[in-house]
Amino acid sequence: MSLHAQDDPTLRAAQEDRLRAVWKPPSGWFFRWTDVNNNRIGVWYTLTAFGFMLFAGVLALIMRTQLAVPNNDLVSANTFNQLFTLHGSMMMFLFAVPMFEAVSIILLPQLLGARDLPFPRLSAFGYWSFLLGGVFVSGSIFFNAAPDGGWFMYPPLTTRTDLSGLGADIWMLGLSFIEVSSVAAAVELIVGVLKCRPPGMRLNLMPLYAWYILVVAVMILFAFPPLIAGDLLFEMERLLEWPFFDAARGGDPLLWQHLFWIFGHPEVYIVFLPSIALFAMLIPTFAQRHLLGYPWIVLAAVGTAFLSFGLWVHHMFATGLPKISLAFFSAASEAVAIPTGVQIFAFIATLWAGKVKWSTPLLYASGSLAIFVIGGLTGVMVAVAPFDWQAHDTYFIVAHLHYVLIGGTLLPLFGGLYYYWPLITGKKLSDRMGRAAFWIMFVGVNLTFFPMHLSGLEGMPRRVFTYPAELGIGWLNLASTAGSYLFAAGVLVLVIDLALSPTRPKAARNPWNAGTLEWLAHPDDEDWGIRSVPLIESRYPIWDQKDFVAKVDEGRFFLPDAEEGRRETIITSVLDARPVSVIRLGTPSVKPMITAVALGAVFILTTYHLYLLSAISGVVTLACVLWWLWDTAEIPEKPEKPIGHGMHMPLYSAGPAAPGWWAMFITMMADATAFSGLVFGYYFYWTIHSDFGAGFDGPGSAAPIMALGLSLASWVGTVVAREVHARGQVMIARILLVAGTIAAIASLFAGLRCLDGLDPKANVYPAIVWVLTIWTVVHAAIGAIMQLYTLARSLAGRMTPSHDADLRNITVYQHFYALTASVTYLTIGLFPETGL
Amino acid sequence: MRGWLKRAHGLRVTLWTLIVPPSVWAVHFLFSYLWAAVSCAKIGRWARFPTVFAIGTVIALVVILLAGLIAWQQSRTPGDPPPHNEGTDIDRLRFLAFSTLLLSGLSFVAVLFTALPVLMLGDCR
Repeated sequence: MSLHAQDDPTLRAAQEDRLRAVWKPPSGWFFRWTDVNNNRIGVWYTLTAFGFMLFAGVLALIMRTQLAVPNNDLVSANTFNQLFTLHGSMMMFLFAVPMFEAVSIILLPQLLGARDLPFPRLSAFGYWSFLLGGVFVSGSIFFNAAPDGGWFMYPPLTTRTDLSGLGADIWMLGLSFIEVSSVAAAVELIVGVLKCRPPGMRLNLMPLYAWYILVVAVMILFAFPPLIAGDLLFEMERLLEWPFFDAARGGDPLLWQHLFWIFGHPEVYIVFLPSIALFAMLIPTFAQRHLLGYPWIVLAAVGTAFLSFGLWVHHMFATGLPKISLAFFSAASEAVAIPTGVQIFAFIATLWAGKVKWSTPLLYASGSLAIFVIGGLTGVMVAVAPFDWQAHDTYFIVAHLHYVLIGGTLLPLFGGLYYYWPLITGKKLSDRMGRAAFWIMFVGVNLTFFPMHLSGLEGMPRRVFTYPAELGIGWLNLASTAGSYLFAAGVLVLVIDLALSPTRPKAARNPWNAGTLEWLAHPDDEDWGIRSVPLIESRYPIWDQKDFVAKVDEGRFFLPDAEEGRRETIITSVLDARPVSVIRLGTPSVKPMITAVALGAVFILTTYHLYLLSAISGVVTLACVLWWLWDTAEIPEKPEKPIGHGMHMPLYSAGPAAPGWWAMFITMMADATAFSGLVFGYYFYWTIHSDFGAGFDGPGSAAPIMALGLSLASWVGTVVAREVHARGQVMIARILLVAGTIAAIASLFAGLRCLDGLDPKANVYPAIVWVLTIWTVVHAAIGAIMQLYTLARSLAGRMTPSHDADLRNITVYQHFYALTASVTYLTIGLFPETGL
Repeated sequence: MRGWLKRAHGLRVTLWTLIVPPSVWAVHFLFSYLWAAVSCAKIGRWARFPTVFAIGTVIALVVILLAGLIAWQQSRTPGDPPPHNEGTDIDRLRFLAFSTLLLSGLSFVAVLFTALPVLMLGDCR
């Protein structure tokens, strides 16, 4: 198809009809919810997260009402515990992180000129998991069963079943479920940024939002899994009495704090960076110039991401660790101010150098930066350990974290809401109401949280349900309460503004005159994402590339048609975005929803100790996943197709060229990180407790070495199967896969032999050996299922030597499995179980 | 030295090389933390100015410096005109190299930050 062909309006109309038919959303009262298009999933996701935010905000208002005057009795101490725990947990797990994922699911394909993200059904699965888990966790408060141990759930208060009830299980299992959906979103976003960019969008032309999303998604991959590992240990202790955090039986409550904060501190940046990323998009628009210091922003994002993993102990300054350890973390906490400052200066410089168009989104951006900087400065204060000892667990900390999170996450998101509302709905929000809401909130935030610095320094501890009048902090608390209502009033104005939107007329296309790709969106948007995938030559193509919008609209770039009636997008190379293939995307399906419900049932039934039903749900989940997968990696009806301009792209890819391979690799990075959290536990006990394992028999060396040998045999079998299969020896490959499966199952039994005579309830040493072994044999079982699945694909003719994506993907799994088995069996078999 | 630096232009630059300097910081940080934790727990004291720690720090700084030096060379690759914001091979190389250079600077400072407490604190209290 030459450029010339697109001059023909009838051809263009025919193409549009085909695209429209292919991207037609499902209809019907039920089936409309089986949609997987990022436009719709993203909007549901955003609205759900926004709803959870309002709910958690109401919880905060109840708390502030209780604290308005000394010795108040509006709510009981028990209810108050549930209120602050759920407020913090919901804001973090059900609002801040999902909101970033939701906004990215909407924006990323538009920013990258892609028709959709590479795994639309995975996005849908993530959304349904989030909705189910979120309703489960937040609904618990209506049954007086909400978690009540604080949002970081420190044991032993929360692990002892006589001190805390069902709430702790709801927190652990409900939020674990949501963590799964976060990791799913991270996989989707990383592959999206790396592989779905439009041709020509090299790394140095990528919108900064995509840079931030890439960085944040990678952070999720390394931050969430330690918490999942912690959750696993935690629930083992609560449900099975394995003593990981019980000091009386050799455990250590500090291990939880380590695992939680290895997640918890990067988490702060995981919710902050995407909001700052919105600034990086809207500031150039309102300065009407390119952002200054593009590489400096990349430095800031990448630098912050790294340093944020060296800060976790600053939440543990008061736990009695050696001062030298505290000093390392104090130093890193100070260092992280450098990249954070750099990006703020880059924004200021851009505004300074540009011709500023003062607008509502920019008002939110600048106002939130002011609030954030105050929180950042108190952050530098509490990063100094001796100051932290004075301020720890007081309202000073409450003030600090709210300044950071409101200035760094909430208000930027509101700014982004005003900026991107026309993109999503085609209509502008009211500037008058937006500005009024901003000023009410701005005053409200400062009136609420500034006095908390003072009440904290006066000695008010956080998480108390009331305080005596003699403390002299009554007026400070009253001011905070008044401020919180003012803030809520501002949010209300904003909500009313949103609610009035359907009555307003459509705005012009690209109403802010922005230069980035997402503003190609038309007010009367079609569901196909983008009419044709453009060739990118600038960071601000709408400003810089001649006739850019018209060329996209007339289908003069790539992939302007859907001849085969399939949803498609272009896959490009990581560094230079050279087109490498066209992939067929998932279409609307009930599978993601059903899989999410089945997986949710596993977590929810476990909470209520209904283990048999939970196990059945687990089997159903597995069946759903296999059912879902069976349609993927399909062999196309022809090897390649034209994408315009005389280019032909293959329709099938395997190995590192394929998005599926990357998804497996990224998922296994997360899996390996969770595993390293468990291994950290083993060596943590060994380091801290000189009597670790003393008096308890270990598994010996024979059984672990046997299990390791069989695991490695399973790995070698798969790797060799891949090689001979690629050379056309299909039968030998099948036999090797069967042999690999047998080795994996044998390694499972050999692994379980390691546990003979070890009582996990007796002491932490047998308990951690059990956990490491169980983790490994479960992975052996999953590996065996994958091998059998691949065998079935081969027998069904869905995998051939030239179409072997399945086999290449499970080989990635097997590499990681070999690593896991080696670490586990060498640790439990050969490492001295008693201290040096 | 000059000839050696010239050869830096030919080295491959990827997302992996971009994260070399901060990864060195991360390894050094982890090493410092584990070293302190294990020696405090097992030996009960943190000897003043332990040689291993000093050597580790110097190695980390040297690696970061080298990465920075290579990146500095690559970020000056001649060819396309300024401001080097275009979608060309050279501008993409210059961008990744300059970002690596900036990250080297940050990582260098951060390693120094981590090492400083050892000058001040000598024991495990």
